[in-house]
Amino acid sequence: MAEATPPPADAPLPATAQIGVDSWVSEADERQARHTGLWGYVARGWDRLPPAGKLALVTPAILIPFIPFVSSGNLFNYGIFILIYALLALGLNVVVGFAGLLDLGYVAFFGFGAYTYAFLSGTHSEKGHVYTHHWPAELAIPVAVVVCGVLGVFLGSTSRRLLGDYLAIVTLFFGQAFVVFTNAADPYGITNGSNGLANIDNLRFSFFGHAFTIASVRAYYWFLFGCVIVVLVLLHLLSESRTGRAWKASREDPLAAEMMGMPVNRLKIMAFALGAMIAGLAGTTFAAAQTGAFPQNFSTQVLILIYAVVILGGAGSLTGMLVGALVIIVSNQVLDSTSPPQLQRVLFYLALMVGFAWLFRSSWKKLVTVVVLTIGLGFAVHAVAAEWWPRGIHGPVTSGGFLTGAIKHWVLLPANSGRLADYAYLLAIILAVALTQLKGWWRVAIAPFLFVITVFVWENLLILQPAVTRYVLFGALLIALMATRPQGLFGTARVEIV
Amino acid sequence: MIATPQPRLGSLGGQYRHRLGSFGGLGIALVVWALYAVYFSPTQGWTFFLQLSVNGIILGSIYALIALGYSMVYGILKLLNFAHGDVYMIGSFIGFGILTLFGGALTPVMPVVLLVLIMFVVAMLGSGVLGVAIERFAYRPLRNAPRIAPLISALGVAFFLENSALLLFGAQYRNYDGYDLISYNGIHLGGDAGVFVSYLGVIVISSAVALMVALVCLVRWTRFGKAMRAVSFDREAAAMMGIDPDRVIAKTFFAGSALAGAAGVMFGLLFSQIYYLIGFLAGLKGFTAAVVGGIGSIPGAMLGGLLVGLVESWATGYLNGNVSDLVVFGILIAFMLIRPTGLLGSPALQKV
Repeated sequence: MAEATPPPADAPLPATAQIGVDSWVSEADERQARHTGLWGYVARGWDRLPPAGKLALVTPAILIPFIPFVSSGNLFNYGIFILIYALLALGLNVVVGFAGLLDLGYVAFFGFGAYTYAFLSGTHSEKGHVYTHHWPAELAIPVAVVVCGVLGVFLGSTSRRLLGDYLAIVTLFFGQAFVVFTNAADPYGITNGSNGLANIDNLRFSFFGHAFTIASVRAYYWFLFGCVIVVLVLLHLLSESRTGRAWKASREDPLAAEMMGMPVNRLKIMAFALGAMIAGLAGTTFAAAQTGAFPQNFSTQVLILIYAVVILGGAGSLTGMLVGALVIIVSNQVLDSTSPPQLQRVLFYLALMVGFAWLFRSSWKKLVTVVVLTIGLGFAVHAVAAEWWPRGIHGPVTSGGFLTGAIKHWVLLPANSGRLADYAYLLAIILAVALTQLKGWWRVAIAPFLFVITVFVWENLLILQPAVTRYVLFGALLIALMATRPQGLFGTARVEIV
Repeated sequence: MIATPQPRLGSLGGQYRHRLGSFGGLGIALVVWALYAVYFSPTQGWTFFLQLSVNGIILGSIYALIALGYSMVYGILKLLNFAHGDVYMIGSFIGFGILTLFGGALTPVMPVVLLVLIMFVVAMLGSGVLGVAIERFAYRPLRNAPRIAPLISALGVAFFLENSALLLFGAQYRNYDGYDLISYNGIHLGGDAGVFVSYLGVIVISSAVALMVALVCLVRWTRFGKAMRAVSFDREAAAMMGIDPDRVIAKTFFAGSALAGAAGVMFGLLFSQIYYLIGFLAGLKGFTAAVVGGIGSIPGAMLGGLLVGLVESWATGYLNGNVSDLVVFGILIAFMLIRPTGLLGSPALQKV
């Protein structure tokens, strides 16, 4: 045929309003078949690996204690936290990933585990009550885990009557009630209010007369490592078992699962209870490793962190939880206010560049154009400012390290930025929103401005408050992941048939 | 299974005959509670009870405005907009910015009436635009995704807004000084020892009522309102009738978020102190109000807001401030378990 025939006049126009959800369903195969080239090769190879191979590949964390310059503080901040969050994410994965229930009170179980352990193995006194129980760990941990499991059954039993959003809200209130309970509403002085509990025993086991105590950070690392491996293997077996398949079936379509004779209500409660028990286990070890339990350890921030791990890793995937915990917790700890700013800067710029490269991954031409334009724009703005607004380039570089020279000559650093950085922050958000709404070369036109302004905001505002910045970034990560890749790194794309 | 009617936006009366029982139950519960509070509380009598109730109604009108936004969005999109409370917080900060821009509460550069009016208008416009942007950016791409996706996205938006506010405005409290701005005086009902209603409270209640009346008129009697009801009833059918659901949804977000912005300014005027976390609890309570009233129902949101405000005020007065939140949440959970459709919601079975 020489030329394409024009569509008949009465052909339905592509409506801007989508009618029905069939396009989402019909494109499912196409979306999955999109893995071509190098990425597809890697993805298919990954799928072919047996579970043990995956496990071996995603646990380089085992090497952390052997790195010579790791101090015990670093091992605590990175190693222990990564493992704790991996454990928490594995538990949440049962609820959110396997059973498909949104549990926003999950962090309360983490807290209940920690406080129960603190109550059973520790010394504290408040409001005239003195609590000195010193249970050994092999008793205290199972009791705490069972307490959390019972609470999980209690919370899960509300899912009998509630669906979807309402369940999410009830669990959110459960979490909120826990926060109120630990902080204020406690007549018997069990939680010691907002001061939290200190003087918690280390994990002390005694088997058949042999007593040993886990006291050093390194020992806790290995203990947690063992816990993660055990939980991982158990969950893998469980997810392949009858119960695991029933969870996934009831996640995809509760009604059809019920018709097939699956006890959907009981399955939901089981998922809640199992998730709660794993969180309780994480809580006990966390309280012992920190030798304290404080209300702010179980705040909404922690919940968001766990969700970021689960969503980034890919709900439903076990390996994803480990990788997610690694990425999120390393970012979280690097952006803590106590870690060196050079490290924060390198991480931020790496993330920024990866983000931009991801945006323009489909076309080398556009990517190169954006890079050239960005570099040029930075120098141009700097030159203009040097000519017309000298104050704009004479600010101090906040601990620049090896990047000081580049920053001095490329980024605007007003001597006294004042509200300017705040307005630039708003502008950066507006530009980022605009960027997502634009297509093609318009995107290329906007991107350099966004990059330059983001760097400006980072150097003048964000680097001064990294601890807040990280939460902004995690919030943005959740939104961006949901919009572009809801299955995360390792999850499988789900199709909802309505 | 039978497709039963979804909760309908903008339905006002007539169809609540089957709910007379629950109204009666609620009324009896309130009367019993009033008698109990007055005769058995050790030191205080009627005046204290009435004072708490008046405070509760003022607080409740703020919650009602927040609840309306939740309810409208839920009615039209079946989505819990977790970020709604933070839109309210941003609205409160916008109002504060306008107040500061025009000289602050102690030395306003223009007539107070005009200043308050400008604060309301700018805060409502600002939060409305913010709401539309959130919908466009975070929810629209997920229209056909699994149910859990927009909820997580909403969580992300809420977290993003909260921490952005912390970044930009800092963690310290900002003072509206609403009583300095308007007046410390008020109306004494029943003599000097009687119930006191400040002029500020009167302003808050009356402007909340005005906004609600405007909203009801909008939903009942305009083309947009009709389109909104149609989309909330059945989006696909509405689209086939030539209504663009995306536009209607965006406008709904604008209206709901504007109401939240107004509520934010009212909160600032009334309680003076605002900071970046006020959105979280207010959002939860607004949501409670929406559920208690029957989510998706506009009069239900108003009724629920009043009830939540009253309960919180009574719990603060008779118990203490720490547990008042727990009491409110307890009521919410009880309502969800016993009567998930709320007081005025239609019984909504899941459509298959």
